[in-house]
Amino acid sequence: MSGLEINTDLVRKILVGFIANETRKVGFERGVVAVSGGVDSAVVAYLATEALGPQSVMAIWMPYKTSSAESERDAKEVIGHLGIGSLTVDISPMVDAYFREFPDASKMRRANKMARERMTIAYDHSARLNALVIGTSNKTELLLGYGTLYGDMASAINPIGDLYKTQLRQLARAIGVPKQIIEKDPTADLWPGQTDEGELGFTYAEVDRLLYHMVDERHTDAELAAAGFDPKFVARIRQMIQRSHFKRMLPVIAKISERTIDRDFRYARDWGR
Amino acid sequence: MEFKVGLAQINPTLGNLERNVGVYRRTIADAHAKGVNLLVFPELSLTGYFLRDMVPEVAQRLDSPVMTELAALSRQVSLVVGFVEETDDYRFYNSAAYLEDGQVKHVHRKVYLPMYGMFDEQRYFASGDKVRAFDTKFGRMGILICEDCWHLACGYVLANDGADCIVAISSSPGRGPTPGHAPKLKTAETWERLNRICASFYTTFIFYANRVGYEDGINFWGGSEVVAPSGETVAKGDYLTESLVTADVDSNLVRLERVSSPLLRDEDIHLTIAELKRIRDERFRDQY
Repeated sequence: MSGLEINTDLVRKILVGFIANETRKVGFERGVVAVSGGVDSAVVAYLATEALGPQSVMAIWMPYKTSSAESERDAKEVIGHLGIGSLTVDISPMVDAYFREFPDASKMRRANKMARERMTIAYDHSARLNALVIGTSNKTELLLGYGTLYGDMASAINPIGDLYKTQLRQLARAIGVPKQIIEKDPTADLWPGQTDEGELGFTYAEVDRLLYHMVDERHTDAELAAAGFDPKFVARIRQMIQRSHFKRMLPVIAKISERTIDRDFRYARDWGR
Repeated sequence: MEFKVGLAQINPTLGNLERNVGVYRRTIADAHAKGVNLLVFPELSLTGYFLRDMVPEVAQRLDSPVMTELAALSRQVSLVVGFVEETDDYRFYNSAAYLEDGQVKHVHRKVYLPMYGMFDEQRYFASGDKVRAFDTKFGRMGILICEDCWHLACGYVLANDGADCIVAISSSPGRGPTPGHAPKLKTAETWERLNRICASFYTTFIFYANRVGYEDGINFWGGSEVVAPSGETVAKGDYLTESLVTADVDSNLVRLERVSSPLLRDEDIHLTIAELKRIRDERFRDQY
């Protein structure tokens, strides 16, 4: 695990400061977090509450009719423990109404639709409450592309996008996230029995160790093989990162002028703030 | 020579000159009230750090209204100001000005502009071509900006040019929350080691001013410090939070250290120059 251990006190301080600073400097006081009952959104809800205060955080629980009772129990435990505002929006009517028109839609299309349905609701309440949507995508899923573009990947600010799943679990323990949330199998909970690790075919512990050595430490395939990583696994993960890179970028803009957005029109997002 | 140095560990707003000038004014007034004689502001703290295309938009000529106002304030407190300098030939430098008694006493233009990892300074700035010590009311000093400090030759030149105090300013992004008892970033550990080593082996004071705050999710870790020529850290700012760090500086400590460790007296610059010339000739032989 070496290299993946973090100083949780320091990371907590940096992330709480990040949420407070990046929220307030753009003129907001409040945040919206889509809570799923999983560890990622739990950590974000805890950090946002510490940064902005419980009265300034709104948790939205957006179940589909197949969402598990366990997810609901865990999401509500986080909300209750933090004393933050909460809202339940059942997405089944809108998702089902849409797929009545496309009954043969695949699991993946349904999953993406649900993620994007939740995004539109989170952003609607962002406008209603004058609150920023705080993102819950971690570094592992961002690198692997294991998320829905403009769905769960959409947010205004993301405090946990540079932390691998295994690092998030360390942080979750340190900030008091309930144990059963940290220890249960991670799942997108889009259909009964789905788990991330079952779907991906490897564990977060395995892939995080590889990602750390591949991405953060920039080791070559030969070095990774010498360190004991299966070359087939290495090749597969490299391909996943490369193929999903578009999800981590703005849409490609066809260049016409001397000054094209994001190419030779370069400003930080915190421009003047 | 005894004086009080202040390190202005501030949180500038990216590209908002007006707001940052306000922060400068308030910090100078606060430092003046606390009896500070020399107040050091961090790298690019008048403008923010990740400026990119804003560089020409926030640049200051040395005779601009903002610089003229800060020069006037230097009648109360001597200042080191981190800003974007625009020259007569329209170059833009990552600069630090030493202002004292209403005058610009010295300008250091950052020599080593990092162009790797998260940094892209060479895209926007011209590189400085001088590393010089200069005289002030508080003795002979030299200024280095961030990456300059990591090139140990810069501090070496300043120490041999007679600096008793090296003013090191940075906007250092924090990375690497390594585990351990003290919550400290890897970046902080590296800088602190560097500052202690430079102070000890150049036998000078180090006044290190680093900013705090966030720009596009990047944190600046603070931890500004005064390190005595013995290598001992005599004043230290908190990590990640704004503060005004002050320390009483007694230049007699430079004398005492040089009595016990006369490294600069014994430094053979002829040898260094001769060897560097040889290396240069060998390395660049084919380019002449």
